[in-house]
Amino acid sequence: MTRKLLTGNSAAAWGARLAGVDYIPAFPITPQTEIIEDLAGWIDRGEMDARMVTLESEHSMITAAGSAASSGVRAFTATSSQGLLYGMEMVYTVAGWRTPFVMVNVSRGLASPITLESDHNDIMAARDSGFLQIHCATCQEIADAILIAYRLAEHPDVRMPAIVNLDGFYLSFTREPVDLAKTSEASAFVGEYDPENLQFKGNSPLSQAMAVLGGGPYSYFRYEAHLAVQKALSVYDEIIDEFEDRFGRRYDMIDSYQMEDAEYVIVMLGSFSTKARDAVDSLRAAGWKAGLLRPRLFRPFPRQQIRQLLLGRRAVAVIDQNISMGMGGVLHSEFATALYGANDAPLLASYIGGLGGRDISQQEFFAIADELRQADERGEAPSPRLLYTEHELTEMRKLQAIAQAEHAEINQN
Amino acid sequence: MFRIRFHGRGGQGMKTASRILGTAFFNAGYEVQDAPRYGAERRGAPIFAYVRADRETINERGIIDRPDLVCVADDTLVGMPAAGVVQGMDAHTVLLINSHETAETWQKRLNTEARILILTATEDVEDRAELPYIGSRCAAAAAALTNVIERETLVAALTEELGHLPADIIAQNREIALRVFDEMAQHAGLVAPGSMPSANDYDSPDWIEMPFENAAISNLAIHAGATSVMVRTGLWRTMRPVINYPKCSGCAWICSTYCPDGAINVRADGFPEIDYDHCKGCLVCVAQCPPHAIESIAEHVAREQEAEASA
Repeated sequence: MTRKLLTGNSAAAWGARLAGVDYIPAFPITPQTEIIEDLAGWIDRGEMDARMVTLESEHSMITAAGSAASSGVRAFTATSSQGLLYGMEMVYTVAGWRTPFVMVNVSRGLASPITLESDHNDIMAARDSGFLQIHCATCQEIADAILIAYRLAEHPDVRMPAIVNLDGFYLSFTREPVDLAKTSEASAFVGEYDPENLQFKGNSPLSQAMAVLGGGPYSYFRYEAHLAVQKALSVYDEIIDEFEDRFGRRYDMIDSYQMEDAEYVIVMLGSFSTKARDAVDSLRAAGWKAGLLRPRLFRPFPRQQIRQLLLGRRAVAVIDQNISMGMGGVLHSEFATALYGANDAPLLASYIGGLGGRDISQQEFFAIADELRQADERGEAPSPRLLYTEHELTEMRKLQAIAQAEHAEINQN
Repeated sequence: MFRIRFHGRGGQGMKTASRILGTAFFNAGYEVQDAPRYGAERRGAPIFAYVRADRETINERGIIDRPDLVCVADDTLVGMPAAGVVQGMDAHTVLLINSHETAETWQKRLNTEARILILTATEDVEDRAELPYIGSRCAAAAAALTNVIERETLVAALTEELGHLPADIIAQNREIALRVFDEMAQHAGLVAPGSMPSANDYDSPDWIEMPFENAAISNLAIHAGATSVMVRTGLWRTMRPVINYPKCSGCAWICSTYCPDGAINVRADGFPEIDYDHCKGCLVCVAQCPPHAIESIAEHVAREQEAEASA
C-alpha cells in the first residue's frame, strides 16, 4: 500500500478506479467536478480501462448508469446538490430497476438561496429512494467506502444502487493522507459483477419495471425493495469483516468513539464529526464522560445497533447538518424513532448546525455538553436549537440594512 | 498542531503554496491536511489556503480560526476585510507579509499583537496575479519558520508539486525558494504549534434564539439588478483599463457592449466612461477597441499616480 496526500475528490476517483468500473456517465457540478476530471485524465492517458460519456443532464446521467448496470457492466457516477435534485426522478426509478451501481454525492446545500458549501439536505432528499447510503468522514473512508459500496450493492440478496456521500470543501477539496489499496488486492476484494437476470441488451429489448395497475403488484415490488435494503445490514457486517482482514481497516456501520462508559453522547453524520471527536477528547480531559456516535450506514438505518449503543445513557445531542422545514433535524427524528418506547432511553436533544458550510466551533460542542448535563438534572430535553451566535445575527442585520436601503431606492425610482 | 494560512489572489499560487508545504510536512513524517478556499473562482479575486500538520491524526477541519502563521502574498489584501487576513490573529501568531514596506510600518498600521515579518517584495510586475514564484517563496518561508522541515525535504516537495511544469521553471522556483528558506533561517522556530481550546475554560458561544420575522423581512426580496452596485468588485482589479480620449473614435457601443460587467457607461457626449468601482480589470475592452484607444496599466501604478496627482 502507498500512503499519499489526496483530496476527497481524488480519493473518490481512486475508489472508482480500484473498483474496476467499466462505464462512467458524467455531468459536471461544483464541488464534484474534480472526480470526473481525474477519471477522464486516466482514461485519456490509457491508465484506466473504462468508457466515459458526458451526458446533457443528471437526469440522463443517472438513467445511463442504471441502464448500463442492467446490461451487466459496472457503472460509476458522481453528482452534488442541485444535480442530484435534477436527477431525482431517475434516482427513484433506477432503484426500482434494482440495478446495482455506485454514485458519489458531494454534499452541498440546496437553493434557495444558492450556496456552494456543504450541508446534507441534498443527500436527505434521496433518503427514501432505495439507494443505500454510506456517509464518509475522512478522505481515507471515501476510497474504501466505494469498494465496500460495490460489494454491498451487487450482493445478490441486496442488488440496489448505493450512494457514497462526502462533504463539499471539508472533504472534496481537502488533502489528507490516504492508503490506497493495490489494484490486484482491490480487484480481489470487489470481485466480478454478476448481473444474474439483469440481461438488458440493445439487440434483444426487454421491459424492466413496467407499469403495474392495482396496488397488489406495486406493493409487492416496493416492499421487496425495502426488505432488500434492510437485508444490507447483515450483508454489510460480513463485508466489513472481510475488508478488515484484507486491508486492516475496520468500518463498523456505526463509528462509536469513547462510548464504553459515555453518559453524554453527540450524534452526527459526515466530516464534521471529526471535530466532535476532538471535543470528546477535550471533554474527557476535563472529567466528562463524553462519547461520539456516527452512523456510516444511513440507509439501511441501523436501528437495533443504535438502541444497543444508546439505551441507558443519560443524554444524547443529535446535531443535524440538514433541516426538514416544519419538522427540524432529520437525523434527530430517526433517532427518536429508534429509541421510542424504551424505559431506559436517554434524553434526546436536537441541534441544527453546519448549514451551508457554517462551521461548528469546539466551544459550541462544550456548550452542547453543558446543555445536556443541565437537561439531565432537570429530567427534560431542551428545546431544539440552531447553532447561531449573536455575532452572526449582527452581520446578518448589516446585510439586511443594505438590502432595505436598496429596496427603498428601487421603490423610489 | 501547526496551523498555517496563506492569503493571496487567484493566480498567485496560494493553493500551490499550501500543497508544497503540506507535502513537505507529510514527507517529514507529519499527518497533514491542506486545502484551498475560494468563493468567486476568478483570477485576481482574494483566496486563501491552509495547512494543518501534527504528529497525531488531525480531526480539526475547516478554516483555521487561530493561526500560528499567516503568510500574505499580496499586501493589498491586508486592509481588505473580506479577505480575512487578520482574522483570529493574536500574540502567538506570526504575520509574514510580502511587501516593500517595513515591519514597523505594518505593526503601526495594524495595531496588532501579532509578530510581523517581511518577505521582501521582489521585482515589480505589471499584473499582480502574476507575482513570480510567490507561491514557492511563501511555502519556503513557512517551512523555514517552523524549523521542522529540512532544506532537502522542501526541495523534494516543491519538485513533486510543480512536476507538471518545464524543468527550467522548476529549477528557478527551487533556487528562489532556497534563497528565501536561508533568509528566514534566522527566525527558525519563531512559528510554534498552537494548542487546543480547553473544555474547562472556554468562551461561551453567545448563542441567540432565532427570532421569528415575517416574510417582508425574512424573504429574499432583492429582485432588482441594482443590488450588486454596493459591492465594489473594482477592488479585485490588478490591471486597469484607461481610455485615451484623443484616440477614442466614440464608437462607444463596442466597448460598452463587450464589457461583461456593464462597467462602461456612455456619456451624453457619446464617449465611453469606465466605472472603476465595478470594473474587474478583465481587459476585454482593451482587446476589442477598434482604434486601440484603451490601454492597460498596473492597478498599483495607477493608484500611485493618482496619489501623486492629488498631493
